[in-house]
This record gives sequence, structure tokens and C-alpha cells, in this order.
Amino acid sequence: MSTIQAARRSTPLNAVHRALGARMVEFAGWDMPLHYGSQVEEHRRVRRDAGMFDVSHMLAVDVSGAAAREFLRGLLANDVAKLGRPGAALYSCMLREDGGVLDDLIVYHLGGDGFRLVVNAGTADRDVAWMESRRATRGSAVSLAPRRDLAIIAVQGPQARAKAWAAYPALRAATEGLTPFHAVEAGGIFVSRTGYTGEDGFELMLPAAQAAASWQALAAQGVAPAGLGARDTLRLEAGMCLYGHDLDETVTPLESGLAWTVARTGGRDFIGARALATRPAERQLAGLVLLERGIMRDHQKVRCGAGTGEITSGGYSPTLDRSIALARLPRAVAAGETVEVEVRDNWLRARAVKPPFVRHGRVLIQV
Amino acid sequence: MTTPANLKYTRSHEWLRTEADGTVAVGITFHAQEQLGDIVFFQAPEAGRKVTQGEECAVIESVKAAADIYAPVSGEVIAANPEVADSPERVNRDPYAAWLFRLKPSHPAELAGLLDAAAYAKHAESEKHKSP
Repeated sequence: MSTIQAARRSTPLNAVHRALGARMVEFAGWDMPLHYGSQVEEHRRVRRDAGMFDVSHMLAVDVSGAAAREFLRGLLANDVAKLGRPGAALYSCMLREDGGVLDDLIVYHLGGDGFRLVVNAGTADRDVAWMESRRATRGSAVSLAPRRDLAIIAVQGPQARAKAWAAYPALRAATEGLTPFHAVEAGGIFVSRTGYTGEDGFELMLPAAQAAASWQALAAQGVAPAGLGARDTLRLEAGMCLYGHDLDETVTPLESGLAWTVARTGGRDFIGARALATRPAERQLAGLVLLERGIMRDHQKVRCGAGTGEITSGGYSPTLDRSIALARLPRAVAAGETVEVEVRDNWLRARAVKPPFVRHGRVLIQV
Repeated sequence: MTTPANLKYTRSHEWLRTEADGTVAVGITFHAQEQLGDIVFFQAPEAGRKVTQGEECAVIESVKAAADIYAPVSGEVIAANPEVADSPERVNRDPYAAWLFRLKPSHPAELAGLLDAAAYAKHAESEKHKSP
């Protein structure tokens, strides 16, 4: 145990989590809070009020230079040319030549030739190496700056913005007019109206040394600390992919409900474009709602008229009080169809649905 | 960690209480529910089912994982707790009140082989230090 723990990386908020009595777990090599007492309670706080997550294990990578825009237009499946004004953000996959997904990320336009990518913790080192190698082959005037000096706090929930403004009154004027998927730098904090919960809110990127004080300021306004457990059930209800579960190198965005993130116009050639044009998308990522008692889990088998499939993310939905899942299924399975899932040696009935299951506190599927 | 002195325990984290009529109530310990996190599902054993000591006879699922519940002694299942089936979070709130099922022991001598509170507390503490 000691060797594993010694190897775990800590975010700038590690001592804060421990002081709160968080149950700490290893996640992608990081020592992270799973919950602070009750994962379900934290989930509900975010759906009904406001919660905050330490997501400093994710990595911001600043991309700048005269060729930064063209570099990113070739690197990402979505097109940064869509990012008109500074502060605009875009969700995209980064693909291999064969169309497999290396990572999913958000890219922000910082203005001028500057962009910021925020990538997953588990893939961060590989992503940076990949970007470095692609930059080298293109010989572009591009520089990459991984920003491990930044902490990231996601404040999420219907009251998230109001409570963030209560904690930082100076932020209000600069961020009140911020529309979803836009960011602005205000008072040394990079504030974006984004998240991974299906609720409104901000993600705050700030110098690591300020992270603990910001966390305490938000807590003083009644923002509830929430761990990775709640983050996972919230994003599953919101129908959002988790890299390494619903997405990986073996699948394309077109097989993952992410065709909307692949920009196939604009006359550009991005990495993976040719494979996406020719590789048949025989599978899809569908939602499942369990019709019987039990809990669906990752990797359980699914069978249906059109063939077989597999659960990629399964669990308990606190909002629906039943089990939901994302599953990779044959393309022919339609929403509303009943399939069977092998849950602990029993084949249980589940209904295929189109995610999301829950958005902005409301259930969006028929149960 | 709480381990009531009037109960018997297993190394697999069940508790057992002998009732006045000679039947036994079975639940999971404070330590077990703490390790599992929020409990969201209980699959009860059927009344009338005969089980042998150590046999898997029920399932508890939390937000995190599924856990088999083992029969602490051999016997016949008399009843399962419908309140836990309806509201599995009762196990988190009060693990020693939220019994899962009752057994009529067929080999009462097995009871003597179970752990007492002190032995279980030591066992649970050692597992706590092992788990990551």
C-alpha cells in the first residue's frame, strides 16, 4: 500500500479534502475524494442547489503561436474555426488516424492565437506527447504549455452561479452575461460556464495557491463539497461520456453518440477524418433504463434482436431511483426497444432510450 | 467504529443477533456499510430457503459495488426485511437496526464459532489498514 500511495499525485486541495473527512481513492494516479459522507446526498445537492468538485487532476494545456489555429484544426475532430469570439468553447474528440478516440476535451479560444485545451487526467501525459509529436511532424509555429500550476474547481447546480457570485462579488459583472460554453478571465480566475453534471454552473481555473481559499469561500456560501462518486452519477444521468468507459481508442465518435462533435465541412483534413469517412459505424452508444430491480454495472452483457452489446457505464441513478446505463449496442436498436442485460447471472429487461436521462433537474426519459 | 457487544460477527462482516425464540437476525456491520458507501439495492433471500454456513444468500449493492451476503450459520430463511428492500439506505443510517433476514438455525453449535465484538473490531480494523 505504501508504495502505491507514495506514487499518487495530489491536487492543491488534497489537505482540504482530508480535513473534511473525505473518503480518498486512487483515480488515474491521483489521490481524489470519492465522497465526503454520502455520494447520493452530494448528487442531490448538485441537482437541487449547488455543489463543488475538485477537478484539478484534469490538465489545461495552452496552445499558442501563429499556427495554433491551423494546428488545432488538424488535430481535433471538431473545428476550432467555429470559435468566433474570444472565450468561446467547443467540445471535441482527439482522434488517431484510424478514427479511434484518444481523448475527449474542451477547447477554449483565449483570443488572438491563443487556445486552451482541458484534457482528462488519465490521458493527459499521452495527450501532451501526441500533441508534441504532431506539432513536430508539421513543423508549425506552435507552442504547448501544460498548466499544472492551475487548480480547477467545478461549481455546479441551479444555485451555483449565484453562490459563486456571493463568494466573489467582483466576478458578477464580468460573468453575468456569460452564455453556456463561454469563458472569461476575471480577477485572475478563468471562469467558464461549462460542466459535467447536466446542471448550470461554472468551472473555475485559478492559481494553485488560491485553490484552498476559493474552496472555503464557496463553502461559506453553502456550496456543498462533492466527490468523484457524485460526479460520475451526475454525468451518467446527463448522458455524458466518460473516457476509458464509454470512449476509447477502439471506437469512433460516430459510434459514441458524438457525431455532432465531428465537423465534416469547412474543407479541412483532420487526423482521423479519412477513417471516419470509410470505417462503418455498426455500433451506437445508447441509454438503458433497467425495468426490473437490480443495478447494471460496467461490462455486463446486453442481448437484443439485432445482436449483442455491452454496458460501458452502469449504475444507480439517484434522480430516477433506478439503474441506468450507457451501452454500446448494434446500430439497429431503436429507442423504446426492450433489451436484456446480464446482471449477476440473471437476464433482466431494460429499455433503450436516447440520453440524456436528466438535465437541469428534470427527468427527460419515459420510465 | 461501533460494534455492539450483544451481537456475534463473521469475518465477512455480517452481524448476527439471537432472538428470544431461538431464531437469528442477520445484518451487515457499520464497517461493511462504511466501506460500501450509499446502499441502493437489497436482494433478499426467499423465505423457506435452506442455507448452509458461508453460502451466498443475499446481495447488497451500493453506488460503488455489489456485495454478497453470506449465511453466518446454517438454517432456514424465515423472513427478509421488507423495509430494507424498500429503503436500502436504512442500512447506512442504522446498520444494527436494519436486519436483512432471519434464519432458524439448523446447527446451533455453529454459533459458538462466530466472532465476538472485540475479535470482530480487531478484524475490521486490520482490514481497514489493508484496503486502499
